[in-house]
Amino acid sequence: MTTEPDIVLSVRDLTVDFAQRQGSFRAVDSVSFDLRAGRTLGIVGESGSGKSVTARALMQLVDPPGRITGGSIRLGEIDIAQLPRRGEAIRAIRGADISMIFQEPMSSLSPVHTIGAQVMEVLELHLKLDRKAARARTIELLGQVEIPNPEQAIDRYAYEFSGGMRQRAMIAMALACNPRVLIADEPTTALDVTTQAEVLDLIGRIQRERGMAMILITHDMGVVAETVDDVAVMYRGQVVEAGPVDQIFHGATHPYTQRLLAATLKLEQPAERPLPVAGAGPILTVRNLGKTYQLGIGAFGGKAKGTLRAVDDVSLELRAGETLGIVGESGSGKTTLGRLILRTVEPTDGEVVYSPPGAPAVKVRGLDKAGLRNLYSEIRFIFQDPFASLNPRMTVRQIVGEPLLINRRGSAAEINTRVTELLELVGLDAGMMARYPHAFSGGQRQRIGIARALALDPKVLIADEPTSALDVSIRSQILDLLIELRARLGLSFIFISHDIGVIRYFCDRVAVMRRGRVVEVGDAQTICTSPSHPYTQALISAVPYPDPRRPRMQQRARYTETTV
Amino acid sequence: MSGAMSDEELSLPPPIIARAGSSAATAGQWRLMAWRFSRHKLAVVSLVVVVLLYLTGIFAEFLAPYSPETTRPQYTYAPPQGINLFAPTPDGGWTFNLHASGYDITVDTEAMRRTFTANPDKLIPLGLFVTGQPYKLFGLIDADIHLIGATDPKEVVYLLGSDRLGRDVLSRLIHGTRISMSIGLVGVVISLVLGVFFGGISGYYGGWLDSVIQRLIEVISAMPTIPLWMGLAAAIPLTWGPIDVYFTVTAIVSLLGWTSLAREVRGRFFSLRNEDFVTAARLDGAGEMRIIFRQMLPSMTSHILAMVTLAVPAMIIAETSLSFLGVGLKPPVVSWGVLLQDAQNLRAITSAPWLLFWPALFVMVAVLSFNFLGDGLRDAADPYDN
Amino acid sequence: MLLYILKRLAYMIPTLFGMSLVSFLIIQLPPGDFLTSLTSAIADSGQSLDQASIDRLTALYGLDQPFYVQYWNWISNIILRGDFGWSFDWGQPVSRLLWDRMGVTIFVSALSLVLIWALAIPIGIYSAVRRYSIGDYVFTFLGFVGLAVPTFILALGLMYISFTWFGLNVGGLFSPEYEQAPWSLAKFIDLLQHLWIPVVVIAISSTAALIRVMRANLSDELSKPYVVTARAKGLSEFTLIMRYPVRLALNPFVSTIGWVLPSLISGVTITAIVLNLPMAGPLLLRALVSQDMYLAGAFILIMSVLTLVGMLISDILLAVLDPRVRYQQ
Repeated sequence: MTTEPDIVLSVRDLTVDFAQRQGSFRAVDSVSFDLRAGRTLGIVGESGSGKSVTARALMQLVDPPGRITGGSIRLGEIDIAQLPRRGEAIRAIRGADISMIFQEPMSSLSPVHTIGAQVMEVLELHLKLDRKAARARTIELLGQVEIPNPEQAIDRYAYEFSGGMRQRAMIAMALACNPRVLIADEPTTALDVTTQAEVLDLIGRIQRERGMAMILITHDMGVVAETVDDVAVMYRGQVVEAGPVDQIFHGATHPYTQRLLAATLKLEQPAERPLPVAGAGPILTVRNLGKTYQLGIGAFGGKAKGTLRAVDDVSLELRAGETLGIVGESGSGKTTLGRLILRTVEPTDGEVVYSPPGAPAVKVRGLDKAGLRNLYSEIRFIFQDPFASLNPRMTVRQIVGEPLLINRRGSAAEINTRVTELLELVGLDAGMMARYPHAFSGGQRQRIGIARALALDPKVLIADEPTSALDVSIRSQILDLLIELRARLGLSFIFISHDIGVIRYFCDRVAVMRRGRVVEVGDAQTICTSPSHPYTQALISAVPYPDPRRPRMQQRARYTETTV
Repeated sequence: MSGAMSDEELSLPPPIIARAGSSAATAGQWRLMAWRFSRHKLAVVSLVVVVLLYLTGIFAEFLAPYSPETTRPQYTYAPPQGINLFAPTPDGGWTFNLHASGYDITVDTEAMRRTFTANPDKLIPLGLFVTGQPYKLFGLIDADIHLIGATDPKEVVYLLGSDRLGRDVLSRLIHGTRISMSIGLVGVVISLVLGVFFGGISGYYGGWLDSVIQRLIEVISAMPTIPLWMGLAAAIPLTWGPIDVYFTVTAIVSLLGWTSLAREVRGRFFSLRNEDFVTAARLDGAGEMRIIFRQMLPSMTSHILAMVTLAVPAMIIAETSLSFLGVGLKPPVVSWGVLLQDAQNLRAITSAPWLLFWPALFVMVAVLSFNFLGDGLRDAADPYDN
Repeated sequence: MLLYILKRLAYMIPTLFGMSLVSFLIIQLPPGDFLTSLTSAIADSGQSLDQASIDRLTALYGLDQPFYVQYWNWISNIILRGDFGWSFDWGQPVSRLLWDRMGVTIFVSALSLVLIWALAIPIGIYSAVRRYSIGDYVFTFLGFVGLAVPTFILALGLMYISFTWFGLNVGGLFSPEYEQAPWSLAKFIDLLQHLWIPVVVIAISSTAALIRVMRANLSDELSKPYVVTARAKGLSEFTLIMRYPVRLALNPFVSTIGWVLPSLISGVTITAIVLNLPMAGPLLLRALVSQDMYLAGAFILIMSVLTLVGMLISDILLAVLDPRVRYQQ
């Protein structure tokens, strides 16, 4: 085989099988691609597509019962696919010629070793540096990945770092021996969008400076468009389409790629949906709501070490028939806010007023048990995790029928009819109601959760990240379902999400939260295109845009805290 | 919306937890557990053994050749005679003949000891369902049929040997099974009640009540069990009847079990309290009792069952140890521990090793079976984690 | 760190109080008090105790006082004067009987703990790394058997085997000829010859339990992402397993000392009784049977405190090993 001079790694017909009780499962099926120096290959696919297994196979890191059963991985003269998994030959390559950045920086770093020790180890192993030289070089590396005060940071532990800093430390470790190939496996999935932009910037800069070949594995088409040169789309273990990034985004031929792109692009503009009635009065009002947590209380009470203001003086108004989005990064208090409104977490201060049309307004914090039960039949909740929110020990019929049964809405036969209706309403076959949740996929489970929320004919739905656990193609289906239900049933929505795209697609107005406070409220379209608060500007501009011809992240606004 | 399903089918199929096929979709937790449990062969075998042991306890009078109290001074320390299925025929072949091997007894008048020498020519024919000593089955029904025994009612056989008073070790073992296995069961029920009660209020209410209960559990579980048990058991007045002693010993023994059960229940309550599906039930309008009985308890029962099974062996060991030391059950009650009291010193176990061997074997088999069974149940307890 | 240790010590106080209460409860539990036993014992021997001396003794021991006063007298004597009360069975102060026996008990327990760790850690590592191998199955099975045999049966079994096969009588800690002899090298060797049986007997069940703990801990750690990170660095399998997952699996292992100690002390007690060793066990049993309750209570209290000290040590060790524990303080 003749190789072009700039090809660093050449993969041909790579196949990985996982032995199972009966037969085997083919996770990677005849995958071929080339990595060129200075270029980045993006491997995209949804969960279960085999993209991570492919990445691990390149370093012989697939754990048993998985095994490379065919093909070649050529690094210069060496075929990595032929090397024994635990041999010296592959160990000399790992960390030196090819290195890897993982998805979860917290669990990918040892919690009981200092950051420095973990970086120095690579240097001592491959470059045979002595302790002193390794330490000096590590400080230098930590500086290169923009970790402040590297001299002190080197002796810190992973849990003392923020998520972004941990990932920087991982990058420093991967770069220690100046590898020819860098594999980044979903390096920013666990990070907030502003942090993601910074980490992607850093990886890109270092890759260009050093002329490394890189693989970026991601499920996010936006990240692909903003950062890679070439793309391979994986689906059920196969590369269904590959080519330069522009060709994939503007001339995709495979139906799966087209569908993936369509689902992604769909979330880049507002959905077609009925506009809320102008001048409608508020149905739910939140006034100066707050929640303070006492930190570090011992078994005998004792003095609190400090307090955490999870939600701080939040005032919002949900108008009848509208959809109010609440957007924020992790730790912004958006999830707590959703739970405070329904008092599944008890607020420390402030008030929530529910004013249904044609009925007297209700102060939620003053309600007794019976009052709360009535409220819960009017305001319903949709959970984020479609697995944890359905009791695995109850059938679908029981789960959806439970609120009807508790609130005594009819006889057993009537409840049965109603459950059938509800399941059909959310697009599920009513014949499935004898099944248990374990027989359903994530998207189907989320539909069950929606059916349960609708059971009592609610006026308001509070949805907490209802689509963040789902793949992109299923995400838009669930959103479309909610839009249709909203129009048909005249619902008002509070929609909590970290995802600007989802918010813009679904919401009329949006409130931006940061560190427990609302920094900005306004029309969703306005906030998503021309926000006024500098934090919102930074947030919006950090969202990768799924079109390589219109990169957004590069010219993003940055937000630095000036006053607290 | 009809197009939604077809789109979703393009994605990966939903995970099927247990066996493939449509039945898995409608299988409830106990069926999934049973499937998972049945894959654990050792646990299935252990389940059979445990059931057999309890049946032995229930039908002790029928299974035992003799009453455990029958003493025969002329047969002290008679060695085990064993069971043979075949006997040699005069022409050199073998024929089916259920029998025990006999022996000759010589009395050493000087040492005042009997010696038993095996006599291969002496066969004692055995039969199934033979008529023997009368007894009351379940304390109600008069009967005199025993599963096995010498066909000639005048013959005495000691299949597993006899003890110092010439009592049949096999019969005593079978009757001991009843006491020892039931102590495990009764003890576990007591600790289950205590554990669920304290663990439940601790986990459900939290706060200062939780702290107090936790400290109590800490104190009890930090104290070395055997000395503690000994201290408590020694306080049982010698004048008490066997039934009182039995229940007191059981109560003392269950002192150990409840703390770990309470911890488990408390932990489960704590983690379940914050589960999304419990919050969902609260938002469905469910009251506290409904949440506990419909959402939380069904999620715990399988784990509790496994814990309970794993607690039984500790109780059996406890009873055996206490009785062996002479501070637990006392004769005339027959338990494995009481039997082992006869094997207390080197002289006894060297001259009559069967006094140690058989009860020890029963204890070990029972404890092992419960451990394997509990392990299998624990693995199967949560069929929803992949 | 010092603050942490002080905090742990303060945390122990209520537990200690609870333990002393339970111990005192055991002293009080038998019907009647030891004076009644004393008078009946004296009556048995044909003499009698006049009412005046009974009253005198009652006042002396505060037996006419309510429970909490009696508890206070008992515990304050222990704390302030090291006085554990009077053993009427031996006619000596309890403290004189206590420490000799406890010394040997602690020595044997410590020795067993060392053996337990020396066996459980390497076997646990082997079993976790070579999961489902033949060796793993063998150790797992042996572990189950080790857990299933009650300590005293194990002691009896070993006694039987060593007698019938090797002709050794393994009771006691010394051969008769060294029993009263002054310490010498020969006496020490003789001690070791006797000691191995109790140490092995005591260690077996805890070893079996700890192998399972170590195997489970390490199996958990082996599937953590940081192991893959370490592998991706190019470390050899042995180095990376020892440096990362084993290091982390040891942390929860250390805190198991807490619950190993109570069962260890239990094992020591019952083994000492079976093998008739001059340790706390036989004396405790005798005290309980003869209702010499101050002596029995003292043993139970001291044994409990010992396990508490063990827990304290394991907590401190854990804080030394795991920076996360220190961080939370």
